[in-house]
Amino acid sequence: MVTIVTQLRGSRELLANLTMREVRGKYKRTALGQIWSLINPLAMMLIFTAVFGQVLRVKVDPGHPSGLHVFALWLVCALLPWNFMSNAMTGGMGSLVGNANLIKKVYFPREVLVAATVLSWDVTFLTEMGVLTVVLLAFGGMPLPWLPLVVVFMAFLTLFALGLGLALSVANVYFRDTQHFVGILMQIWFYATPIVYPFTYVHDEATKLHDKGWHIPLEFLYRLNPMERFTTVFRNLMYDNRFPSLADSLYCVGAGLVSVLIGYWLFTRFEGRMAEEL
Amino acid sequence: MSDSAVVVEGVSKRFRLYHQRNQSLKAALMRGGRAKYEEFWALRDVSFEVPEGSMFGLMGVNGSGKSTMLKCIAKILRPDNGNITARGKLSALLELGSGFHPELSGRENVYLNGSILGLSKRELDARFDEIVDFAGVEQFIDQPVKNYSSGMYVRLGFSVAINVDPDVLLVDEVLAVGDAAFQDKCMEKFADFRRAGKTVVVVSHAMGTMRTLCDRVAWLDGGRLVEVGRPDELIDRYIDEGHAQRGGAGDSSRWGSGEATLTSVSFVDARDAQTTKVRTGDEATIRLTYDARQRIDKPVFGLAIETLEGVYVWASNTRDADYVPDCIEGEGVVEFHIPRLMLLPGTFDISASIVDFSTTHVYDFRRHCYRFDVDPGTPRESGGLVSLGGDWCNLRSTEKS
Repeated sequence: MVTIVTQLRGSRELLANLTMREVRGKYKRTALGQIWSLINPLAMMLIFTAVFGQVLRVKVDPGHPSGLHVFALWLVCALLPWNFMSNAMTGGMGSLVGNANLIKKVYFPREVLVAATVLSWDVTFLTEMGVLTVVLLAFGGMPLPWLPLVVVFMAFLTLFALGLGLALSVANVYFRDTQHFVGILMQIWFYATPIVYPFTYVHDEATKLHDKGWHIPLEFLYRLNPMERFTTVFRNLMYDNRFPSLADSLYCVGAGLVSVLIGYWLFTRFEGRMAEEL
Repeated sequence: MSDSAVVVEGVSKRFRLYHQRNQSLKAALMRGGRAKYEEFWALRDVSFEVPEGSMFGLMGVNGSGKSTMLKCIAKILRPDNGNITARGKLSALLELGSGFHPELSGRENVYLNGSILGLSKRELDARFDEIVDFAGVEQFIDQPVKNYSSGMYVRLGFSVAINVDPDVLLVDEVLAVGDAAFQDKCMEKFADFRRAGKTVVVVSHAMGTMRTLCDRVAWLDGGRLVEVGRPDELIDRYIDEGHAQRGGAGDSSRWGSGEATLTSVSFVDARDAQTTKVRTGDEATIRLTYDARQRIDKPVFGLAIETLEGVYVWASNTRDADYVPDCIEGEGVVEFHIPRLMLLPGTFDISASIVDFSTTHVYDFRRHCYRFDVDPGTPRESGGLVSLGGDWCNLRSTEKS
């Protein structure tokens, strides 16, 4: 952990510049520019609200103690962290192959490429969360006192995505199927996380199974998913305006640290032959 | 040795040659596990030291491992065995402008590329004008680099890389970029570099440049180090070996693709008689006869003179002299007329060549194909290789009376 931090500090200007390159390059030559980074989640929100809120009639409890009861807002509080994680991870995964030219010609700490991509999505994430805060305020929520904690969890979610991105980016260098494989996995993961439906649905299902005499620890398995914890925590803070449970919080912190340590370890193990494999 | 800028110890580098690359899942499943590959040693147990403040050349035929060596020094490739230690900041000129983002402006790219090469924002601010000025792209610095001409692109890349101000500069065949004016600027920059006590490691096929620029060269062949030594000795042996391998017509100092050949090279005096003896200050002509078996567009004839010891005295080619015919076909002759031969007494060898306009493709190269002696004549000057034809004059006292 210390080595990663010192490494990244040593190349923080490079990190900053590459991040700027990603941010500026992302929507270059589009008429709407950075606005696209808001349109995309907005479109997703509208689609999911229409499908799950109106057609499938997903029932969600009102926020406690905020008293908010808007499906779209409830959805977005989990959708934005998910989008960030998903984009940062897949972006980080492709960053080595995408910069093959650079890797083969210049030496610099390669993990910076992955980190820059993840950070560039952090910029988007921050803007989105800022807009969300304003909207929540408009609807009568009070997310402001919770914002410092939100930022802390955003940092751990960043570490989580960075770790996965580091591990997958080297895997992708040696084995290009990784990116397509991950594409499918992300869809499964999305529906395995309580984003478009509440956790109570899983709880009800588990009770039903239990009544039928099936002894599957469904809730336990379901809650192993770190993204379940992250979405719960973000919803607690932004939508409900209350402290997340200690268990969830520690789980998020642990997931972030473990992910980044393993990811970095894998990365340094396999980066040696990278330039020739690209 | 304590004053080595780069120490290479027993370095080996192995590449994997895949018969069928399986980067797809189907292929992997069908064949089970990773692809079969053969090992290929690009470098084997290479050791040498680059003295600090020197210009060090790496030479060898294509595939001998020069560029691999350079990439290992640059830390782009990691050697499988052995160690490379480099003192101070490294900068590699492998492919210029490779870090540029086409959609970003020249200014943004200078900062981006500079930070990739290890410069801080403050250092870049301080050098920005110099970088842009050197590249000569002031007018276009706020345009996206995708609109740059390839020359501007490369010049800006070179300019950033060289302004990193490294302690060790690694250069791979990039000396051949830009127009003549820019090349001159590059050469000047290299000279500044050496005056500042910095080290340069260069890979090149341009033996003439290597001979004049380098203090020491390492000769690689098939991934192994043949020898490290002074460039004059080693480059001659290298060139000779190159010809021996090419097999030629028993003439060990001649090579080329043969579409056009130099049928004779001779040295003639003022009375148009072939000679091997001239005097300093005499009129003389070097006459080349050629035979072009097919039409050759824009051929370039070249001549060079060296001393017996291999000191490179002079060279000229028809491209630099702006005397290039549109094409040649069949037999013909071309002459180089010397009104006054300004060589001091000694024995000299002439090398002659026909190459294409880019001077990269050799039709025929005859090295040391004609030897001549220079005897004392006028002007009579005391020693060295060339006569400057000057006069001693203006002797006077500067005592105040």
